Formats: sequence, C-alpha cells, structure tokens
Amino acid sequence: MRKSTLLCAASLAAVLVSPALASPAAAQDLTIAVSAEPSALDPHYHNLGPNNAMRRHIFESMVLQDEKQRLQPGLATSWKPLDDTTWEFKLRDGVTFHDGSPFTAKDVVYTVCRIPNVENSPSSFTVYTKAIADMQIPDPHTLIIKTDTPYPLLPVEVSTWGVLSAAANGVTGDIGFSREGCSGTGDYPKTDDFNTGKAAVGTGMYKFKEYSRGDKIVFERNDNYWGGKADWATVTFRPITSDGPRVAALLAGDVDMIDKPPLQDLERIKSEGFQVAQGLSNRVIYLHMDQEQEPTPGVTGTEKNPFKDVRVRKAVSMAINREAIKERIMGGVAVPAGELLPPGMFGSTPGAAAEEYNPDAAKKLLAEAGYPEGFGLTIGSPNDRYINDAQVAQAVAQMLTRIGIETQVDAVTASTFFKRRNQYEFSMYLAGWGSGTGEMSSPLRALVATRNKDKGYGGTNRGRYSNPELDSLIDQALATVDDDKREKILQQASGLVMADYGILPLHFEVTPWAFRKGISYAPRTDQYTLALGVKPAN
Amino acid sequence: MLVYLLRRLGQSLFVVAAMAVLVFVGVYAIGNPIDIMISPDADQAEMEAAIARLGLDKPLWEQFFIFVGNALQGDLGKSFVYSTDAVSIILAKLPATMELAMLALVFAVFIGVPLGMIAGLRPHSLAGKSIMAGSILGFSLPNFWQGMMLILLFAVLLKWLPSGGRGETAELFGIPFSFLTLDGLSHMLLPAINLALFKTSLVIRLARAGTREAALQDYVKFARAKGLSSQRIVLVHIAKNIMIPVVTILGLELGSMIAFAVVTESVFAWPGMGKLLIDSINLLDRPVVVAYLMLTVFMFIIINFIVDMLYCVLDPRVRLSEAKA
Repeated sequence: MRKSTLLCAASLAAVLVSPALASPAAAQDLTIAVSAEPSALDPHYHNLGPNNAMRRHIFESMVLQDEKQRLQPGLATSWKPLDDTTWEFKLRDGVTFHDGSPFTAKDVVYTVCRIPNVENSPSSFTVYTKAIADMQIPDPHTLIIKTDTPYPLLPVEVSTWGVLSAAANGVTGDIGFSREGCSGTGDYPKTDDFNTGKAAVGTGMYKFKEYSRGDKIVFERNDNYWGGKADWATVTFRPITSDGPRVAALLAGDVDMIDKPPLQDLERIKSEGFQVAQGLSNRVIYLHMDQEQEPTPGVTGTEKNPFKDVRVRKAVSMAINREAIKERIMGGVAVPAGELLPPGMFGSTPGAAAEEYNPDAAKKLLAEAGYPEGFGLTIGSPNDRYINDAQVAQAVAQMLTRIGIETQVDAVTASTFFKRRNQYEFSMYLAGWGSGTGEMSSPLRALVATRNKDKGYGGTNRGRYSNPELDSLIDQALATVDDDKREKILQQASGLVMADYGILPLHFEVTPWAFRKGISYAPRTDQYTLALGVKPAN
Repeated sequence: MLVYLLRRLGQSLFVVAAMAVLVFVGVYAIGNPIDIMISPDADQAEMEAAIARLGLDKPLWEQFFIFVGNALQGDLGKSFVYSTDAVSIILAKLPATMELAMLALVFAVFIGVPLGMIAGLRPHSLAGKSIMAGSILGFSLPNFWQGMMLILLFAVLLKWLPSGGRGETAELFGIPFSFLTLDGLSHMLLPAINLALFKTSLVIRLARAGTREAALQDYVKFARAKGLSSQRIVLVHIAKNIMIPVVTILGLELGSMIAFAVVTESVFAWPGMGKLLIDSINLLDRPVVVAYLMLTVFMFIIINFIVDMLYCVLDPRVRLSEAKA
C-alpha cells in the first residue's frame, strides 16, 4: 500500500509541480525560517526576544545595538549627559516614516507616552521607560530627557524600544509629557492595528507587507531609507518551530537561512554545501545554589545547608571540568565561562578565566568544610530551554559525584522548571541568563543582587545569594554616569561575586545560524535573527 | 426518534460539563505562564502587575467560575500571548486544517476502498497479499517518521515538492485556501499524504473484511445466478454494503484528523489548529488550550451526530428500528 501511495504521489507531483517552483527564488528575495514567532508586530506589546528582533525591521530606536550590542547612532546621531540627571539626544535630519511624514523629537515623546498604555501587554516595556522623569523639545531635532537620579543606562534602555510616528497615528498638535499620562496624544493605536499593517509605520529599512500568524511575516524594501538601500526587495520570515523540519526546509532549498540549527546537524548541513556562522552569545549558563534555606530541600545526608559555606561552593566549582563539557557535550560550540558576561562586553574583566578543574583540591576543601563523606544532592534543570541543558546537568552531576557529592538530576520541561525554581524547590539549579543590555549590570542585578522589590534587584536570584558589599557596588555603578568609572566598578563587583563563589558560571553559549551559499550573516551576541544583517556575498 | 435525540443531547451536555472541569483543572496544573511569557529583565513589581493583569493571582476555583460564567455567554477567554479572543484565533486556523483533512480523507477513501476491495476479492493473489503487507506498514510506521521521510525524499533529495508551509493561498468567501492555487496544492500534497497514510491502511482493512464477508452472502450469489455482470455486482451491490463500517470509522477519524493533526502539522510547519495547539501548550497559553479542547469536544459530538444520521441513510434497518424506538 505504502509503495502504491508513494507512486501515486509521485505521479501527482509530476503533474502538479510547475517548473517555477523548483527553481531557486529570485535573487532579490530572502526567506528565513525562525524557531520562534513573535506574538505581535506591535513593537511595545511583548518585551521578548522574537518580538524585539522582528520589530527592528520596521521600527528603529534612537540608539541602535550592533551585532556585539555596542551602542551605535540610530535615529539619534549623538547623545551626551548635560549633567548627572539630564541627557541630550541630537536627532537625525531628513528621516521620514514609511508614510512620508518627517521624523522629529515629538515622535519619541509620543512613543514614550504610549508604552505604558498598551492593553494586555504580557511583558511591558515600562521597565525601560520608567526612569524617564521628563522630556523637553528645545527644537524638532533635539530631545532633552530628565531622570530622577543619575541614570547611566538611559542610552541602552532607549535602544530597546522602537519609535512610532505621532502624525501617522493622528496626532496634530503638541504633546505634553507627564509620567501620569500625556496630553494631546489622542487614542493610541491598538496591538491589532500593527498586526494588520495599519499602524506598522516606522522608519526602518523594511516596510510591512503581510502578516499571517503561524505562517509568515513579509517585509518589503523601504526605498526612502535614510541609511542606504536594503539588500533585499522582500524578506519573508517563516516560523518553523520543530528543529528537524527547519533543517529540512533549508536543505530542500525552500528557505535561504535558518536560525538555531541543532548542534548534531551542523556537520550534515556543511557537508551538503551550506554554510554555518557561529558567534559568542551574551548568554551565560550557570549553576545557582540555595544560600538561604536551612535545611535545603535538595540536599540529603546533612541537616545543614552546605552551600552557605564558601568552601563547599568553591569545591563544587573546582570539581566541574568546563573544558570537557564544552568538548563532549557542546560539540566544541561553547566557551567556558569565568564570569557572568562574555569577554569584550562592557563591564567584563579582561583575562577572567574559567575555574581550573581540580577534583583533588575540591575533595580536600570539602573535607575541610566538614563534609569528608560528601552529601546527597539533586540538581534542577530545564530540558528544552538552553542548548543541551539536561545533558550539561547530567555531566555536572557525574563530576560532583566523583568528589563525593552523590548527585542526581531532576530535568523537566521549561514551564515546569521555572515554576518550581521560583518556589525555591531546588538546592542547586542550572539556568541561563542573556544580558539584554549587553553590559555587566544586567546579570549582576538580576542574578546575585539581594532580592529587593523596590530597587528591582535580584529578580532571578533564586538561590537568594546576598552580599551587602556587592549591593552597594551595584548601587554605585548604577549611579555613575561616567562610562570608564562605571566599568571599573562593575568589574570590581563581578570580581567580588566570583571570589565569593556566589554563583558558578559554566559556559557562554555560542549561537549558530545556517544559510545557503551566496549570503553571509554576522552572528549577533543577542541571538537575534535579523534580515538587516544578511548580506549577499560578492 | 425525538426521544432518541433528546437522550443523545443529554449525554452530550454531560460530556461537555465533565470535559470543562477536567480540561480546566488539568491545564491549570501545569507550570506558570508568567515565567514563560515575561521578559527575564522584568523586575518583581512588573511581574506582579502582569500576574494581576492575567488574573492569575486569583485562586483556582475563582478562575474556574469566571471561565464557566464567560463560557456560558459564549466567551472562552482571551489568549495570554496574543490578547485576542481565543476562539477567533482557533477559528482563523480552521480552514487550513479543514482543507488538509479533507484532502487526506479523499486520499483515504479513493485509494483505500478500491485497494481494500481488490484485496478482499482476490485475497490469495500477489496483489491482495502485497496490499495487505503495505497496509501493515502504513499502520505501524510512526507518523512523524513517515513525514520526515516524505520530506527527505520529495523535498530534499528529489526537490519536487516544498518541504512545508502553506504556500500561496486564494480567497473563497473571504477565507484563504491553499487548494485553489497550484503552489498551494503542491504544499498540501505531502502533509495530506502523511495524514492519509494511517487512515488509508485502516480503510483498506475495513473494506477488505467487508468485501470478503459480502462476497459470500446469498444476495451476491443470487445476483450472480441472475446473470449480472461481475462489474455491476462489485461496484453496486458489494461496494454499497461495505460502506457502513467505513463511514463510521472515517467519521470518527475525520474528527481526530481535524483536532489532532498535531504531528503532521508540526512536521510540515502547516499553520493549522494542531500546530497552534502545540505552540500554545509550549507557551502555556492556557485560554487557547482550554478553548481548543472545548471546541474539539463540540466537534466530536456533532460529527457523531452526523454519522448517526448517515447510518439512517445508508441502512434501512437502522431507519426502521429508530422509527420504532
């Protein structure tokens, strides 16, 4: 039966398939298959990777992040602090929106006004605008932003949201900015208006053409782009969430490029004549240890919480062979980490090396701390969130067992893992952190600062590490506008955590992309897949 | 007849109520959507605000009663992820799934029934035996594997057909369909075959068993004795009589093809309801999952009802006994 069905299919296929389908797509068109789909084209609806990547095609920010997340001029040509709480942004002349209206400072104010007013936003961008206390427009191409306290991260935060057109959304008069609610803005566009394309009017290199949820997102070239001509006449993004079919779509020639090819398929992809680009990402994979509960739920064989002792934390770190994890489990595609941010990014310490593997010293240290026989431990880990996450946890478990800590792995699907982790069910867990701002304060503030709702510290510090000295260094860094001084403080803070083994970095993920011959892609540390970075190679 | 209908209706209502409880409690026991949806950069204040926005701060029973209250007014909730009406999100995906299921059904009937009848009429011939061997393959090869093999063969190696997606669509009554364009049809072919393989095997077996049984019956012998051509005997008298089990099973299977084409739709990146379901589960978009399962329950109830009606049309005995009841 199967044979006959196949035969039947073959003959049907021969009849149905026109020659045009078999030929490669026109050179001006680019099709990219992505593993995750944005939940909307509204740039302010959902602060999450896929949405943030997609909006960059249509909506630009005053400040751009390049592929290494360094800040570059975007809609603003320059910016500088006038004093500790005042910033001046000089805006670019001659920029127009897709509907032809000119870009001015009013559009930025309009955007900041809209961000808190997006209905039902699952994850709001207000985290990136709440520092803005006031905005003034001395002339149409100059914008003054006031903050309550010295706020050095303002340019970075400004780079996370795209600018809407006030005129295209029906604003004719002046806008009065106020945190409690602006005046003169009229009704803000709804999220659906962006999905239908009606409100999808930005200054970006590409214009909205078509959006069919679950199927495709199509952009076309913006001929009036201020930064030169786009390389592609149309760009189509197709969400293919399963790994196998995504690779197959590339091999079959249906798409020009895919993101996140599985590591085990890289050889096959290369051998079929396709190319792979890899780049260090901003994501660190780390182990966090419960340093609060006593006794702690995942530890057996002792009534105490061993992780409150820095010697135990150090012993665990020394017992882990990071080089072996990189080679055997990550297929060489990872970089052992000695810090929470990859080398070369703002606030990382030059020459920060990964902990050296030394199981003998680890055993000795463990005995010194009062655990000569070790103890029992369960590590929590997601099994579908990071590259080979459960396998990494397994390897760590074996390495810890070797120094006497009998370790098991409790690996579950991400949604369940995060829920249990946030209820403090794990004494040690494996997770990852990508630095959205591309600088050191992001991981420090989220992962190791003492949990504090008012300051917004320690949001993901589910080991509840707490070090007042570190907290005050972070406070200081976040109030230092001078870049050089701030970087020094961040390095000092990072060094402090590493010396205290408050958290154990394992490795930095390396992100792969695969594409056909004839195009090139510059890998991005933020792991975004942007058509803006895809160039025809010639 | 009326009593019968009323009894069926009562049963259906009970099924809907029981499913509502099971689905709701089951789905709400898994994970925490906020952990998946919110940006890791969000601070605790923002996280609490988002939890309150989605109503997740309320206890389970309160959430359930809100859900039931809204459901009785025809509102099955708003998607957490898209903040749009869950039912309209699902219905927007319905045409894509429908046309795929229909094409698969056509394959299953027009390939399965003739092959099954051949195997039933000539059980010991080479053709009959190979048809049966083939149907075992169709049964036992895992669906996702078949799909990947179809892609490897026809898309990657031969490059005859696209590997996935929906292709070009054309509008009919304002609804986009793929089967109206050549490109769309070429995109439909592989997933439809993948979806149809199992059903075809099933139909072959049913048709074969029915044919073997019918061929020995008195009315067939009588028709033969009367001198009817064997063509007429097979195509009219036997074919008609084997259709009852085939229609029953296909009715049920059509339901499962529409509701649970999850594997095929994921493998071929077909933007239908099955893919929506699996994506929503991964994103913990509870309202969509719950609405989806509730709609599925409705659909199965309606399909079963239609199947019952078809019995009446196909089999006069059912008609008579129902009339008495």
